[in-house]
Amino acid sequence: MAKKQDDMLDSVSKVKLTGSDYVIRGIGYVFICLFAIASIFPFLIILGTSFETEENIIAKGVTLIPRNFTTAAYDLVIKGGTIWASYGLTIVLTVTGTLIGLFICSMTGYALQRRDFPFRNGISFFVYFTSLFQAGLAPYYLLMTQGYHLNNSYWAVLLPLMVSSWLIILMKNFAKSVPHELTESGKIDGAGDFKIFVSIVLPMLKPGLATVGLFLALGYWNEWYQSSLFLQNMTVLPLQYRLYKIVNEASSLKNSVASQYVDVSNLPSESLKMATAMMTTGPIIFLYPFVQRYFIGGITVGAVKG
Amino acid sequence: MTTINPKKAAPYSVQGSLRKKIWNSKTLILMCVPAIIYFIAFSYAPLPGIYVAFVNYNYRKGIFGSPFVGLKNFEFVANSGKLWMLTKNTILFNLAFIVLDNLLAVVVAILLKEIQSKAFRKVSQTMMFLPYFISQVLVGLLVYSLLNSDTGYLNVVRGALGLEPLKLYKTGDPWPLIIILVHLWQKTGYNSVVYFAAIMGIDAAVIEASMIDGANAWQKIRYIILPSLKPTIVILLLFALGGIVKGDFGLFWNLVGRNPILYQKVDIIEMFVYRATISDFNFSTASAVGLYQSLIGFIMVITVNAVVKKIEPDYSLF
Repeated sequence: MAKKQDDMLDSVSKVKLTGSDYVIRGIGYVFICLFAIASIFPFLIILGTSFETEENIIAKGVTLIPRNFTTAAYDLVIKGGTIWASYGLTIVLTVTGTLIGLFICSMTGYALQRRDFPFRNGISFFVYFTSLFQAGLAPYYLLMTQGYHLNNSYWAVLLPLMVSSWLIILMKNFAKSVPHELTESGKIDGAGDFKIFVSIVLPMLKPGLATVGLFLALGYWNEWYQSSLFLQNMTVLPLQYRLYKIVNEASSLKNSVASQYVDVSNLPSESLKMATAMMTTGPIIFLYPFVQRYFIGGITVGAVKG
Repeated sequence: MTTINPKKAAPYSVQGSLRKKIWNSKTLILMCVPAIIYFIAFSYAPLPGIYVAFVNYNYRKGIFGSPFVGLKNFEFVANSGKLWMLTKNTILFNLAFIVLDNLLAVVVAILLKEIQSKAFRKVSQTMMFLPYFISQVLVGLLVYSLLNSDTGYLNVVRGALGLEPLKLYKTGDPWPLIIILVHLWQKTGYNSVVYFAAIMGIDAAVIEASMIDGANAWQKIRYIILPSLKPTIVILLLFALGGIVKGDFGLFWNLVGRNPILYQKVDIIEMFVYRATISDFNFSTASAVGLYQSLIGFIMVITVNAVVKKIEPDYSLF
C-alpha cells in the first residue's frame, strides 16, 4: 500500500508542473510545517517548564527553555513514592484489560463473520444495539455502585473499558480478510471451531490483534473518566486520574508527595503539575511513533465501514 | 484444498430445527458468550434503571421503591430553560466541529499529498498525530499552561511585547472559540488520515492525464481530488450528524468543567448530567436529561442510516 502510494507520487512528479503547482506545493510545505509545530508546541512548553524552578515559573511564567535548569519537581514526584504504585496499577490494568479484551473481541469478531453461523445476524444486532441506545450516566452509575458495589474498586475501571461494539466490529472486519478456505480446510481436518480459531485464524489475525490491542491499551493508559466516577477515595490512583487530581485539586498535591520531605504549605505546585504530566504521558510519547501505523490501519478500516 | 467435501464443509445447514442449529453451532455460540454476558452486564442491565427518570429518587427506597412522578423531572428541566440551552449548545458545538473538522482535515490531506519529500511527510504526519494519543486531562493542562493569566505562555509573550495580560479564565466569552480551536488541534491529525488514504487511492493516471491536458493545481483539486473525496465526505458528515447530540465530554470537562464562570457559557448535555450525577446526586434529573439525549441520538442514527442506505447502501450500518 505504502509502496504503491510512493510510486504514484513519483509518476506524478515526472509530468511537467505549472506555476500554480509550485504555489500550492509551497503553501503545503509552509502550512503543514506550521501545523506540525503547533501540534507539539504545548508539549515542549510542559517539558521545558517541568525542568524550571518554581520561583521562576511564578515570577516569569512558563518557558520553552528552562532559565535555571533543575530536576527538583521530578525528585519530588519520585520521592513521594506513590507514583510507582500508580505506574504499577496502570500497567496491570492496561495489560490485563487489553489481553482479556482482545480475547473476547477476537473470538466474537471471528464468530460473527462466519457465513455458516446461523445466529450471526441476531448476535451482531445484540452487540451493535449497545452503541445505538444507552441507558445514560445516572442509571449506569447507580448500577455500578449500588447493584455491583464496585465503588472504590479497580474492577470499576478494568471492566467497562474491556469490550465495545466498535472494537468487535473492527475485529470482525479484520477477520473477514482471513480467507474462509482456511476455516474450511480446518474443518476437513476435523478441527472444532475453537481449535480452528486458535490455531489457524489467530496467527493470521495479527494486524487486527495489534490494532484492536493498541486501541484497548491506549484507552486503559489514558483512563481518567471511570476513575473519576468510582475511585474517588482510593489512595493509589491510575496515572491519568492522578494527573487529573493534581491539576484540578490543590489538596491532592499535598497527598501526592510525602509530607516529611517538604513543607506542604509552599509546595511547588506549578512545576509539580508539569513533571507529573511528563511522567504519566512519557511512555506514550516515546511509543506512539512506532505503533501509529496500526491506529491508521484501524481508522481506515473502521471509520467508514460499519 | 481444492476438493472440499460439501457435507463436511457446510455442516451448519440453514434449514433444520432451531435445536439442531444451536447444537451444530454450539462452539461458535460459546465463543460469543463472554461478549454477550459482558454486554448484558454493562449495557443492557442499566436499561431498567432508566425508570429513575420517572420517580422522585430516594436513596433508602431505591429506584423502584421511590414515588412515581411521571414526567415531572422532564418538565422541571424543560421549564427552567435548561434543557433547551443544553441542547442548543451541544448541537451548535457539534455543527461547528463537524464542518470545521472535515474542512481542515480535507485541506491538510490535500496539502500533505503535495509534500514530495517522504521524510518530511512522515515526520510532520507523526507530529500532527501526537495530540490524538494523549489523555483529555493532559489537554486540559496544556491549554492551562498556554492561557492562564499568571504563568501562561500567551501572557508571557504579551508581557514581552508590553501588552496587558488577558484573564481568559475569568470570562466565559472567548471559550466557545478556544474549545473549537483545541478540538481542531487535537483531532485534525486523526481526521485527515481517512481523507489522505482516499486521495492516495485516486488513480495516478487520471491526475497525470489532467496535467498533460494542462490542468493547473486548482483545477486538479477542484475537478479531480474533491469529486473523488465526495463520497467519503458525505458519509463521514452523515455519520457525524448521527452523533449531533453527543458531546465531547472529556474535552469540555477538562477545559472548563470545574469553573462555573466558564462552563455557563459552554455547558453541554454531558457536563450537566455528570454534575447532576456525581456532584448533586440528583439521579432523577440526570437520568431524565440522559434519556432525552439517548432518544434523540437514537432517532438521529436511525434517520441517518436510512439516508445512507439510500445513497450508498454499502456503507449503511445495518
